[in-house]
Amino acid sequence: MRKKSLTLLSDGYLFRRENTIYFENARGKKPLAIEGIYDIYIYGKVSISSQALHYLAQKGIAVHFFNHYGYYDGSFYPRESLHSGYLVVNQVEHYLDKDKRLELAKLFVIGGIKNMEWNLSKFKNKTKFDSYIEELDNCNKITEVMNVEGRVRTEYYRLWDETLPDDFKIVKRTRRPPKNEMNALISFLNSRLYPAIITELYNTQLTPTVSYLHEPHERRFSLALDLSEIFKPMIADRLANRLVKQNIIQKKHFRDDLNGVLLNKEGMKVVLEHFNKEMDKTVHHPKLKKNVSKRRLIRLEAYKLVKHLVRQKRYEPLVAWF
Amino acid sequence: MENYLEEELIIRGIEINYLYVCKTKLWYFVRGITMEQESDFVDLGKFLHEKSYFGEEKEVQIGSIKIDFIKKRDIIEIHEIKKGKVMEKAHIMQALYYIYYLNKLGMKAKAILHYPKLKEIKEIELKENDKEEIKRAIKEIEHIKSLKEPPEPVYQKICKNCAYYELCFI
Ligand code: SF4
Repeated sequence: MRKKSLTLLSDGYLFRRENTIYFENARGKKPLAIEGIYDIYIYGKVSISSQALHYLAQKGIAVHFFNHYGYYDGSFYPRESLHSGYLVVNQVEHYLDKDKRLELAKLFVIGGIKNMEWNLSKFKNKTKFDSYIEELDNCNKITEVMNVEGRVRTEYYRLWDETLPDDFKIVKRTRRPPKNEMNALISFLNSRLYPAIITELYNTQLTPTVSYLHEPHERRFSLALDLSEIFKPMIADRLANRLVKQNIIQKKHFRDDLNGVLLNKEGMKVVLEHFNKEMDKTVHHPKLKKNVSKRRLIRLEAYKLVKHLVRQKRYEPLVAWF
Repeated sequence: MENYLEEELIIRGIEINYLYVCKTKLWYFVRGITMEQESDFVDLGKFLHEKSYFGEEKEVQIGSIKIDFIKKRDIIEIHEIKKGKVMEKAHIMQALYYIYYLNKLGMKAKAILHYPKLKEIKEIELKENDKEEIKRAIKEIEHIKSLKEPPEPVYQKICKNCAYYELCFI
Protein backbone atom coordinates (compact mmCIF):
# COMPACT_ATOMS: atom_id res chain seq x y z
CA MET A 1 0.00 0.00 0.00
CA ARG A 2 1.30 3.45 -0.85
CA LYS A 3 1.14 5.63 2.23
CA LYS A 4 -0.77 8.88 2.00
CA SER A 5 -0.97 12.07 3.97
CA LEU A 6 -4.19 12.26 5.93
CA THR A 7 -5.97 15.61 6.19
CA LEU A 8 -8.63 16.24 8.83
CA LEU A 9 -10.67 19.32 8.05
CA SER A 10 -13.73 18.74 10.19
CA ASP A 11 -14.04 18.90 13.95
CA GLY A 12 -13.95 15.61 15.79
CA TYR A 13 -12.21 13.15 17.99
CA LEU A 14 -9.23 10.93 17.18
CA PHE A 15 -8.84 7.88 19.39
CA ARG A 16 -7.51 4.38 19.52
CA ARG A 17 -9.39 1.19 20.18
CA GLU A 18 -7.33 -1.96 20.13
CA ASN A 19 -5.07 -1.65 17.14
CA THR A 20 -7.19 0.75 15.18
CA ILE A 21 -7.29 4.53 15.09
CA TYR A 22 -10.77 6.02 14.66
CA PHE A 23 -11.86 9.47 13.66
CA GLU A 24 -15.27 10.38 14.94
CA ASN A 25 -17.18 13.45 13.88
CA ALA A 26 -20.77 14.61 13.45
CA ARG A 27 -21.15 12.23 10.52
CA GLY A 28 -20.05 9.15 12.39
CA LYS A 29 -17.07 7.02 13.29
CA LYS A 30 -14.47 5.99 10.74
CA PRO A 31 -11.59 3.54 11.19
CA LEU A 32 -8.28 4.65 9.69
CA ALA A 33 -5.89 2.08 8.29
CA ILE A 34 -2.72 3.03 10.12
CA GLU A 35 -0.44 1.21 7.71
CA GLY A 36 -1.61 3.53 4.95
CA ILE A 37 -0.90 6.78 6.79
CA TYR A 38 2.27 8.71 6.02
CA ASP A 39 1.57 11.73 8.22
CA ILE A 40 -1.47 13.66 9.49
CA TYR A 41 -2.52 17.28 8.96
CA ILE A 42 -5.17 18.61 11.33
CA TYR A 43 -7.14 21.73 10.37
CA GLY A 44 -10.33 21.11 12.30
CA LYS A 45 -10.89 21.32 16.03
CA VAL A 46 -9.79 17.83 16.87
CA SER A 47 -9.31 16.20 20.25
CA ILE A 48 -6.79 13.39 20.33
CA SER A 49 -6.58 10.76 23.02
CA SER A 50 -3.17 10.12 24.47
CA GLN A 51 -3.57 6.49 23.49
CA ALA A 52 -3.93 7.52 19.87
CA LEU A 53 -0.82 9.70 20.16
CA HIS A 54 1.13 6.83 21.70
CA TYR A 55 0.14 4.60 18.86
CA LEU A 56 1.01 7.16 16.19
CA ALA A 57 4.37 7.75 17.85
CA GLN A 58 5.02 4.03 17.87
CA LYS A 59 4.31 3.88 14.17
CA GLY A 60 6.50 6.88 13.45
CA ILE A 61 3.63 9.03 12.17
CA ALA A 62 3.95 12.80 12.60
CA VAL A 63 0.88 14.94 13.31
CA HIS A 64 0.89 18.56 12.16
CA PHE A 65 -1.54 21.12 13.59
CA PHE A 66 -2.97 24.22 11.96
CA ASN A 67 -4.84 27.09 13.56
CA HIS A 68 -8.25 28.47 12.84
CA TYR A 69 -6.91 30.49 9.91
CA GLY A 70 -5.24 27.51 8.31
CA TYR A 71 -1.71 28.43 9.40
CA TYR A 72 0.78 25.98 10.78
CA ASP A 73 0.86 25.80 14.55
CA GLY A 74 3.20 22.96 15.41
CA SER A 75 3.90 19.28 15.14
CA PHE A 76 3.78 16.22 17.27
CA TYR A 77 6.21 13.64 16.21
CA PRO A 78 7.82 10.55 17.64
CA ARG A 79 11.09 10.65 19.43
CA GLU A 80 13.89 10.73 16.89
CA SER A 81 14.73 7.18 15.99
CA LEU A 82 17.45 7.68 13.40
CA HIS A 83 20.62 9.05 14.90
CA SER A 84 23.97 9.89 13.49
CA GLY A 85 26.15 11.91 15.80
CA TYR A 86 28.58 12.12 12.93
CA LEU A 87 26.09 13.89 10.70
CA VAL A 88 25.05 16.29 13.47
CA VAL A 89 28.69 17.29 13.95
CA ASN A 90 29.07 17.86 10.22
CA GLN A 91 25.87 19.85 10.03
CA VAL A 92 27.06 22.12 12.81
CA GLU A 93 30.53 22.40 11.32
CA HIS A 94 29.00 23.64 8.08
CA TYR A 95 27.09 26.22 10.06
CA LEU A 96 30.03 27.45 12.11
CA ASP A 97 32.44 27.67 9.19
CA LYS A 98 31.50 30.96 7.56
CA ASP A 99 32.45 29.93 4.03
CA LYS A 100 30.73 26.59 4.20
CA ARG A 101 27.60 28.20 5.55
CA LEU A 102 27.61 30.90 2.87
CA GLU A 103 28.05 28.32 0.14
CA LEU A 104 24.99 26.38 1.24
CA ALA A 105 22.91 29.52 1.85
CA LYS A 106 23.69 30.70 -1.67
CA LEU A 107 22.85 27.32 -3.16
CA PHE A 108 19.42 27.36 -1.54
CA VAL A 109 18.77 30.85 -2.87
CA ILE A 110 20.04 29.90 -6.34
CA GLY A 111 17.68 26.93 -6.30
CA GLY A 112 14.82 29.24 -5.40
CA ILE A 113 15.74 31.75 -8.10
CA LYS A 114 16.03 29.11 -10.82
CA ASN A 115 12.68 27.68 -9.88
CA MET A 116 11.09 31.12 -9.95
CA GLU A 117 12.60 31.61 -13.40
CA TRP A 118 11.19 28.29 -14.50
CA ASN A 119 7.75 29.28 -13.23
CA LEU A 120 7.84 32.54 -15.14
CA SER A 121 8.75 30.73 -18.33
CA LYS A 122 5.75 28.47 -17.73
CA PHE A 123 3.64 31.59 -17.24
CA LYS A 124 5.01 32.83 -20.59
CA ASN A 125 7.58 35.29 -19.35
CA LYS A 126 11.15 34.69 -20.34
CA THR A 127 12.90 36.91 -17.82
CA LYS A 128 16.22 35.60 -16.56
CA PHE A 129 17.65 36.38 -13.17
CA ASP A 130 21.28 35.84 -14.12
CA SER A 131 22.37 39.24 -12.85
CA TYR A 132 21.05 38.40 -9.39
CA ILE A 133 22.93 35.13 -9.39
CA GLU A 134 26.09 37.03 -10.27
CA GLU A 135 25.38 39.39 -7.41
CA LEU A 136 25.12 36.43 -5.09
CA ASP A 137 28.64 35.47 -6.04
CA ASN A 138 29.95 38.61 -4.43
CA CYS A 139 27.95 38.34 -1.22
CA ASN A 140 30.03 37.85 1.89
CA LYS A 141 27.31 37.87 4.46
CA ILE A 142 24.10 35.95 4.96
CA THR A 143 22.19 39.23 5.23
CA GLU A 144 23.43 40.20 1.77
CA VAL A 145 22.30 36.85 0.41
CA MET A 146 18.92 37.38 2.00
CA ASN A 147 18.74 40.81 0.49
CA VAL A 148 19.31 39.51 -3.05
CA GLU A 149 16.72 36.84 -2.44
CA GLY A 150 14.22 39.45 -1.33
CA ARG A 151 14.77 41.61 -4.40
CA VAL A 152 14.42 38.68 -6.80
CA ARG A 153 11.22 37.71 -5.10
CA THR A 154 9.76 41.19 -5.46
CA GLU A 155 10.63 41.20 -9.15
CA TYR A 156 9.24 37.71 -9.56
CA TYR A 157 5.91 38.63 -8.03
CA ARG A 158 5.70 41.70 -10.22
CA LEU A 159 6.29 39.66 -13.38
CA TRP A 160 4.00 36.87 -12.29
CA ASP A 161 1.32 39.45 -11.56
CA GLU A 162 1.30 40.49 -15.21
CA THR A 163 -0.02 37.07 -16.07
CA LEU A 164 -2.61 36.80 -13.30
CA PRO A 165 -6.31 37.68 -13.69
CA ASP A 166 -7.34 41.03 -12.21
CA ASP A 167 -9.15 39.50 -9.27
CA PHE A 168 -6.04 37.64 -8.24
CA LYS A 169 -3.18 40.09 -8.44
CA ILE A 170 -0.57 39.70 -5.77
CA VAL A 171 0.14 43.44 -6.10
CA LYS A 172 2.27 43.68 -3.04
CA ARG A 173 3.11 40.44 -1.40
CA THR A 174 2.00 41.00 2.17
CA ARG A 175 2.66 38.61 4.98
CA ARG A 176 0.29 37.87 7.77
CA PRO A 177 -2.42 38.89 7.66
CA PRO A 178 -2.78 38.66 3.89
CA LYS A 179 -4.57 41.64 2.41
CA ASN A 180 -5.84 39.99 -0.74
CA GLU A 181 -6.87 36.65 -2.16
CA MET A 182 -3.70 35.63 -3.95
CA ASN A 183 -1.60 36.42 -0.92
CA ALA A 184 -3.94 34.40 1.23
CA LEU A 185 -3.74 31.47 -1.15
CA ILE A 186 0.06 31.50 -1.39
CA SER A 187 0.48 31.84 2.35
CA PHE A 188 -1.93 29.00 3.00
CA LEU A 189 -0.03 26.72 0.62
CA ASN A 190 3.35 27.63 2.05
CA SER A 191 2.00 26.91 5.48
CA ARG A 192 0.97 23.45 4.35
CA LEU A 193 4.25 22.79 2.57
CA TYR A 194 6.48 23.60 5.52
CA PRO A 195 5.39 20.71 7.77
CA ALA A 196 5.53 18.36 4.77
CA ILE A 197 9.22 19.20 4.58
CA ILE A 198 9.52 18.61 8.32
CA THR A 199 8.10 15.11 7.86
CA GLU A 200 10.73 14.35 5.24
CA LEU A 201 13.57 15.68 7.38
CA TYR A 202 12.26 13.64 10.26
CA ASN A 203 12.80 10.53 8.16
CA THR A 204 16.49 11.27 7.72
CA GLN A 205 19.38 11.73 10.14
CA LEU A 206 19.45 15.46 9.46
CA THR A 207 18.80 17.72 12.43
CA PRO A 208 15.96 20.03 11.37
CA THR A 209 17.07 22.83 13.68
CA VAL A 210 20.51 23.43 12.18
CA SER A 211 20.19 25.56 9.06
CA TYR A 212 22.25 27.76 6.77
CA LEU A 213 20.26 30.44 5.01
CA HIS A 214 17.93 30.97 7.94
CA GLU A 215 19.26 31.42 11.43
CA PRO A 216 18.82 28.33 13.58
CA HIS A 217 17.14 30.41 16.26
CA GLU A 218 14.67 31.97 13.88
CA ARG A 219 12.20 29.15 14.16
CA ARG A 220 12.38 25.67 15.46
CA PHE A 221 12.78 23.78 12.21
CA SER A 222 14.76 26.28 10.25
CA LEU A 223 16.32 23.69 7.96
CA ALA A 224 12.82 23.11 6.59
CA LEU A 225 12.72 26.83 5.81
CA ASP A 226 15.99 26.52 3.90
CA LEU A 227 14.59 23.72 1.79
CA SER A 228 11.33 25.55 1.27
CA GLU A 229 13.23 28.12 -0.83
CA ILE A 230 13.29 25.48 -3.52
CA PHE A 231 9.88 23.94 -3.03
CA LYS A 232 7.78 27.06 -2.50
CA PRO A 233 8.00 28.12 -6.15
CA MET A 234 8.07 24.57 -7.44
CA ILE A 235 5.04 23.34 -5.57
CA ALA A 236 3.08 26.12 -3.85
CA ASP A 237 3.35 28.91 -6.43
CA ARG A 238 2.67 26.69 -9.40
CA LEU A 239 -0.36 25.19 -7.74
CA ALA A 240 -1.68 28.62 -6.73
CA ASN A 241 -1.25 29.80 -10.30
CA ARG A 242 -3.11 26.83 -11.70
CA LEU A 243 -5.93 27.03 -9.19
CA VAL A 244 -6.81 30.61 -10.11
CA LYS A 245 -6.12 30.44 -13.82
CA GLN A 246 -8.25 27.34 -14.20
CA ASN A 247 -10.97 28.96 -12.14
CA ILE A 248 -10.86 26.20 -9.55
CA ILE A 249 -10.40 28.74 -6.80
CA GLN A 250 -12.67 31.76 -7.05
CA LYS A 251 -13.60 34.83 -5.07
CA LYS A 252 -16.31 32.87 -3.28
CA HIS A 253 -13.67 30.69 -1.64
CA PHE A 254 -12.46 33.57 0.51
CA ARG A 255 -13.80 35.51 3.43
CA ASP A 256 -12.93 38.82 5.05
CA ASP A 257 -11.83 38.69 8.60
CA LEU A 258 -10.44 41.19 11.07
CA ASN A 259 -7.22 39.35 10.29
CA GLY A 260 -7.36 40.09 6.60
CA VAL A 261 -8.49 38.02 3.65
CA LEU A 262 -8.59 34.29 4.32
CA LEU A 263 -9.67 31.12 2.59
CA ASN A 264 -13.00 29.89 3.90
CA LYS A 265 -13.68 26.28 4.84
CA GLU A 266 -14.76 25.32 1.35
CA GLY A 267 -11.74 27.08 -0.12
CA MET A 268 -9.37 25.27 2.22
CA LYS A 269 -10.95 21.97 1.29
CA VAL A 270 -10.50 22.51 -2.43
CA VAL A 271 -6.93 23.74 -2.04
CA LEU A 272 -5.92 20.87 0.24
CA GLU A 273 -7.42 18.29 -2.09
CA HIS A 274 -5.37 19.67 -4.94
CA PHE A 275 -2.27 19.99 -2.80
CA ASN A 276 -2.43 16.35 -1.72
CA LYS A 277 -2.91 15.23 -5.29
CA GLU A 278 -0.02 17.39 -6.39
CA MET A 279 2.32 15.88 -3.81
CA ASP A 280 1.44 12.35 -4.93
CA LYS A 281 1.98 13.14 -8.60
CA THR A 282 5.05 11.47 -10.00
CA VAL A 283 7.67 12.63 -12.44
CA HIS A 284 10.36 10.62 -14.12
CA HIS A 285 13.69 11.22 -12.45
CA PRO A 286 16.46 11.20 -15.05
CA LYS A 287 19.23 10.43 -12.57
CA LEU A 288 17.46 7.71 -10.63
CA LYS A 289 15.79 6.39 -13.76
CA LYS A 290 12.49 5.84 -12.06
CA ASN A 291 9.32 7.72 -11.19
CA VAL A 292 9.25 9.65 -7.95
CA SER A 293 6.46 11.64 -6.34
CA LYS A 294 6.85 15.35 -5.72
CA ARG A 295 6.81 14.60 -2.03
CA ARG A 296 9.73 12.23 -2.56
CA LEU A 297 11.63 15.00 -4.29
CA ILE A 298 11.82 16.70 -0.91
CA ARG A 299 13.40 13.60 0.63
CA LEU A 300 15.85 13.38 -2.25
CA GLU A 301 16.83 16.98 -1.61
CA ALA A 302 17.56 16.02 1.99
CA TYR A 303 19.73 13.13 0.78
CA LYS A 304 21.65 15.51 -1.45
CA LEU A 305 22.29 17.67 1.56
CA VAL A 306 23.54 14.64 3.50
CA LYS A 307 25.97 13.90 0.71
CA HIS A 308 27.20 17.47 0.74
CA LEU A 309 27.71 17.40 4.49
CA VAL A 310 29.71 14.15 4.39
CA ARG A 311 31.66 15.54 1.41
CA GLN A 312 30.54 12.96 -1.06
CA LYS A 313 29.06 15.36 -3.55
CA ARG A 314 28.51 19.09 -3.65
CA TYR A 315 24.89 20.05 -3.14
CA GLU A 316 23.14 21.10 -6.29
CA PRO A 317 19.67 22.46 -5.73
CA LEU A 318 16.81 20.84 -7.56
CA VAL A 319 15.51 22.84 -10.48
CA ALA A 320 12.22 21.69 -11.92
CA TRP A 321 12.46 20.01 -15.28
CA PHE A 322 8.75 19.18 -15.41
CA MET B 1 29.36 -11.97 28.51
CA GLU B 2 29.63 -8.22 28.69
CA ASN B 3 27.08 -6.09 26.94
CA TYR B 4 29.46 -4.50 24.52
CA LEU B 5 30.55 -7.93 23.40
CA GLU B 6 27.01 -8.82 22.43
CA GLU B 7 26.77 -5.62 20.49
CA GLU B 8 30.01 -6.35 18.70
CA LEU B 9 28.71 -9.69 17.56
CA ILE B 10 25.68 -8.12 15.96
CA ILE B 11 27.26 -4.99 14.52
CA ARG B 12 30.44 -6.64 13.30
CA GLY B 13 28.46 -9.43 11.67
CA ILE B 14 26.63 -6.87 9.58
CA GLU B 15 29.77 -4.85 8.97
CA ILE B 16 31.60 -7.92 7.70
CA ASN B 17 28.68 -8.64 5.44
CA TYR B 18 28.57 -5.06 4.12
CA LEU B 19 32.31 -5.06 3.56
CA TYR B 20 31.83 -7.73 0.93
CA VAL B 21 28.63 -6.24 -0.47
CA CYS B 22 29.47 -2.57 -0.79
CA LYS B 23 31.97 -0.28 0.88
CA THR B 24 29.82 2.80 0.42
CA LYS B 25 27.03 1.11 2.33
CA LEU B 26 29.46 0.09 5.04
CA TRP B 27 30.77 3.63 5.39
CA TYR B 28 27.30 5.14 5.75
CA PHE B 29 26.18 2.39 8.07
CA VAL B 30 29.03 2.79 10.54
CA ARG B 31 28.43 6.55 10.59
CA GLY B 32 24.89 5.96 11.75
CA ILE B 33 23.45 6.99 8.42
CA THR B 34 21.08 4.09 8.01
CA MET B 35 18.00 3.66 5.91
CA GLU B 36 14.55 2.96 7.28
CA GLN B 37 14.37 -0.80 7.62
CA GLU B 38 17.94 -1.37 8.67
CA SER B 39 17.59 -0.57 12.33
CA ASP B 40 16.05 -3.43 14.28
CA PHE B 41 18.45 -6.12 15.30
CA VAL B 42 17.35 -8.81 17.65
CA ASP B 43 19.60 -9.17 20.62
CA LEU B 44 21.60 -12.20 19.64
CA GLY B 45 23.91 -11.89 22.61
CA LYS B 46 21.02 -12.04 25.03
CA PHE B 47 19.74 -15.10 23.30
CA LEU B 48 23.04 -16.88 23.65
CA HIS B 49 23.10 -15.93 27.28
CA GLU B 50 19.72 -17.21 28.31
CA LYS B 51 20.11 -20.81 29.37
CA SER B 52 16.47 -21.57 28.80
CA TYR B 53 16.97 -21.47 25.06
CA PHE B 54 19.71 -24.01 25.01
CA GLY B 55 18.65 -27.25 23.51
CA GLU B 56 15.85 -25.53 21.69
CA GLU B 57 15.48 -24.31 18.19
CA LYS B 58 15.08 -20.59 18.02
CA GLU B 59 14.81 -18.22 15.16
CA VAL B 60 16.90 -15.10 15.43
CA GLN B 61 16.81 -12.23 13.03
CA ILE B 62 19.88 -10.08 12.60
CA GLY B 63 19.29 -7.31 10.15
CA SER B 64 18.11 -9.03 7.03
CA ILE B 65 19.56 -12.38 8.01
CA LYS B 66 17.56 -15.09 9.63
CA ILE B 67 19.36 -17.48 11.91
CA ASP B 68 18.28 -20.65 13.62
CA PHE B 69 20.31 -21.73 16.56
CA ILE B 70 20.38 -25.31 17.64
CA LYS B 71 22.49 -26.44 20.48
CA LYS B 72 23.74 -29.91 19.73
CA ARG B 73 25.94 -31.34 22.41
CA ASP B 74 28.84 -28.87 22.50
CA ILE B 75 28.34 -27.38 19.10
CA ILE B 76 26.18 -24.42 18.14
CA GLU B 77 24.81 -24.64 14.68
CA ILE B 78 24.09 -21.43 12.87
CA HIS B 79 21.51 -21.97 10.18
CA GLU B 80 20.90 -19.24 7.69
CA ILE B 81 18.30 -19.35 4.99
CA LYS B 82 19.29 -17.46 1.84
CA LYS B 83 17.37 -16.49 -1.24
CA GLY B 84 20.23 -16.74 -3.68
CA LYS B 85 23.94 -16.71 -4.15
CA VAL B 86 24.37 -13.17 -5.41
CA MET B 87 25.95 -12.19 -2.12
CA GLU B 88 27.36 -15.58 -1.25
CA LYS B 89 30.79 -14.35 -0.26
CA ALA B 90 29.26 -11.83 2.14
CA HIS B 91 27.06 -14.50 3.72
CA ILE B 92 29.94 -16.90 4.14
CA MET B 93 32.17 -14.27 5.70
CA GLN B 94 29.43 -13.18 8.05
CA ALA B 95 28.85 -16.79 9.14
CA LEU B 96 32.58 -17.31 9.56
CA TYR B 97 32.72 -14.24 11.73
CA TYR B 98 30.01 -15.61 14.02
CA ILE B 99 31.90 -18.88 14.38
CA TYR B 100 35.14 -17.02 14.97
CA TYR B 101 33.50 -14.90 17.60
CA LEU B 102 31.78 -17.76 19.38
CA ASN B 103 35.08 -19.65 19.38
CA LYS B 104 36.72 -16.73 21.10
CA LEU B 105 34.06 -16.96 23.78
CA GLY B 106 34.86 -20.61 24.22
CA MET B 107 31.96 -22.06 22.25
CA LYS B 108 32.27 -24.44 19.37
CA ALA B 109 30.18 -23.60 16.36
CA LYS B 110 29.59 -24.24 12.72
CA ALA B 111 27.28 -22.72 10.17
CA ILE B 112 24.94 -24.08 7.57
CA LEU B 113 23.68 -21.95 4.72
CA HIS B 114 20.43 -23.07 3.15
CA TYR B 115 19.45 -22.20 -0.39
CA PRO B 116 15.94 -23.62 -0.62
CA LYS B 117 15.37 -22.24 -4.10
CA LEU B 118 18.50 -23.91 -5.38
CA LYS B 119 17.91 -26.99 -3.22
CA GLU B 120 21.42 -26.62 -1.87
CA ILE B 121 23.06 -26.63 1.50
CA LYS B 122 26.50 -25.37 2.36
CA GLU B 123 28.35 -26.30 5.52
CA ILE B 124 30.82 -23.84 6.85
CA GLU B 125 33.59 -24.43 9.29
CA LEU B 126 36.24 -22.06 10.41
CA LYS B 127 39.68 -22.97 9.13
CA GLU B 128 43.01 -21.42 10.05
CA ASN B 129 43.19 -19.31 6.87
CA ASP B 130 39.61 -18.11 7.44
CA LYS B 131 40.72 -16.69 10.75
CA GLU B 132 43.36 -14.71 8.93
CA GLU B 133 40.82 -13.42 6.45
CA ILE B 134 38.46 -12.38 9.24
CA LYS B 135 41.26 -10.48 10.92
CA ARG B 136 42.07 -8.79 7.63
CA ALA B 137 38.40 -7.95 7.10
CA ILE B 138 38.16 -6.37 10.54
CA LYS B 139 41.23 -4.28 9.76
CA GLU B 140 39.70 -3.15 6.51
CA ILE B 141 36.47 -2.23 8.26
CA GLU B 142 38.50 -0.10 10.66
CA HIS B 143 40.15 1.53 7.67
CA ILE B 144 36.85 2.30 5.94
CA LYS B 145 35.48 3.64 9.19
CA SER B 146 38.36 6.06 9.39
CA LEU B 147 37.87 7.46 5.88
CA LYS B 148 36.87 11.13 5.90
CA GLU B 149 34.74 10.74 2.82
CA PRO B 150 32.44 7.89 1.80
CA PRO B 151 33.77 5.61 -0.94
CA GLU B 152 32.27 6.64 -4.28
CA PRO B 153 29.22 4.48 -5.03
CA VAL B 154 29.74 2.16 -7.96
CA TYR B 155 26.62 0.94 -9.66
CA GLN B 156 26.12 -2.82 -9.55
CA LYS B 157 23.05 -4.99 -10.06
CA ILE B 158 22.16 -5.15 -6.38
CA CYS B 159 21.93 -1.35 -6.15
CA LYS B 160 18.40 -1.38 -7.53
CA ASN B 161 17.13 -3.19 -4.46
CA CYS B 162 19.42 -1.51 -1.98
CA ALA B 163 17.89 0.80 0.62
CA TYR B 164 20.69 3.29 -0.11
CA TYR B 165 19.95 3.50 -3.82
CA GLU B 166 18.44 7.00 -3.75
CA LEU B 167 21.13 8.36 -1.48
CA CYS B 168 23.88 6.95 -3.67
CA PHE B 169 22.63 7.93 -7.08
CA ILE B 170 20.74 11.17 -6.62
S1 SF4 C 1 23.03 1.46 -3.79
FE1 SF4 C 1 24.76 0.31 -4.55
S2 SF4 C 1 26.48 1.67 -4.17
FE2 SF4 C 1 24.82 2.40 -2.90
S3 SF4 C 1 25.06 1.41 -0.94
FE3 SF4 C 1 23.68 0.16 -2.12
S4 SF4 C 1 24.96 -1.36 -3.09
FE4 SF4 C 1 26.31 0.30 -2.42
